Amino acid sequence: MNQTLIQYILQLADNGLIHGHRLSEWCGHAPILEVDIALSNMALDHIGVARSLYQYAAQLEGNEKTEDSYPYHRDVREFYNVLLLELPKGDFAETIARCFYFDAFQFHFYQALQKSKDAQLAAIAEKSLKEVTYHLRFSSEWVIRLGDGTEESKHKMQRAIHKYWEYTGEFFDSNSIEEKMLAEGIAVNILLLKPLWEKTIAETLQEASIAYPLNKEGAWFHKGGKDGIHTEHLGFLLAEMQYLQRSYPGASW
Amino acid sequence: MSNTKHEWPLWEIFIRSKAGLDHKHVGSLHAADAQMAIEMARDVYTRRQEGISIWAVESGHIHASNPDDASSFYDPMNDKVYRHPTFYQLPDEITHM
Repeated sequence: MNQTLIQYILQLADNGLIHGHRLSEWCGHAPILEVDIALSNMALDHIGVARSLYQYAAQLEGNEKTEDSYPYHRDVREFYNVLLLELPKGDFAETIARCFYFDAFQFHFYQALQKSKDAQLAAIAEKSLKEVTYHLRFSSEWVIRLGDGTEESKHKMQRAIHKYWEYTGEFFDSNSIEEKMLAEGIAVNILLLKPLWEKTIAETLQEASIAYPLNKEGAWFHKGGKDGIHTEHLGFLLAEMQYLQRSYPGASW
Repeated sequence: MSNTKHEWPLWEIFIRSKAGLDHKHVGSLHAADAQMAIEMARDVYTRRQEGISIWAVESGHIHASNPDDASSFYDPMNDKVYRHPTFYQLPDEITHM
């Protein structure tokens, strides 16, 4: 039970860490200063939630684990984030598209997680929901601006929305960990979130005059991240993130 | 940045730090419209809990006095100390003055 709960927590934490890391890559590179600061703020929000979750996992696991053990001392196969978040950050429209998909998911996910039987997870969800509400507002606003902007911005936004669509199915595809935790009343029933998420996405895309991607029942989608099967990109990300701690274990400043 | 025609307009940002206080000018930023200006101001100027309310005013709408007028505008006031309320004896019971 404990091991399953820890892996469920790590799944949520890894989503935050990896998404936060990708967003932090915009620091110093965003199109304008204000967006640069906004993306960095959001990166820190996601990494902040990840820290709370890693601390909780460390407390449950004991065995001298700390919040740093999980980001710095696990290999690719022991990370459980969804694949969408580890893909290279792409251009600005691509970053906005994946933020939009993920923010909309988190917005509904955290509302449901507030009702978890696990009090610690419920508390983290309640705190994070405020941040996520703003994240969703920011990414939706940019989808609309770019979609409703110039011919070029519309083209790029539309392309990005299509590009990542087939990575969104994984959000709603439970693995054995989630099913066991759902039976305990701890995990969120992600299947129930799908129609809510689709509605949020469809409304914003309509306002942005962006075409809603084809949504056939049973359509193929990328998956594996939740079980530790990742794209080639995660390894490079971890190499950069973990280099210092691997070369100089315990280094601090 | 060279072609100013393609730049977003400049906005002046005012932040109220807590209820009851007035909005204070904190800086400016570029944004496409008022909504974007307020969201960007939230990210740029309230990230350390500086405020609970934001005003954004397009800089072009602010009319300022001309520095060249300073001598006629402000200098005449420097020998009119009687305009300061310092010539009254305040009763001891009155505080917070």
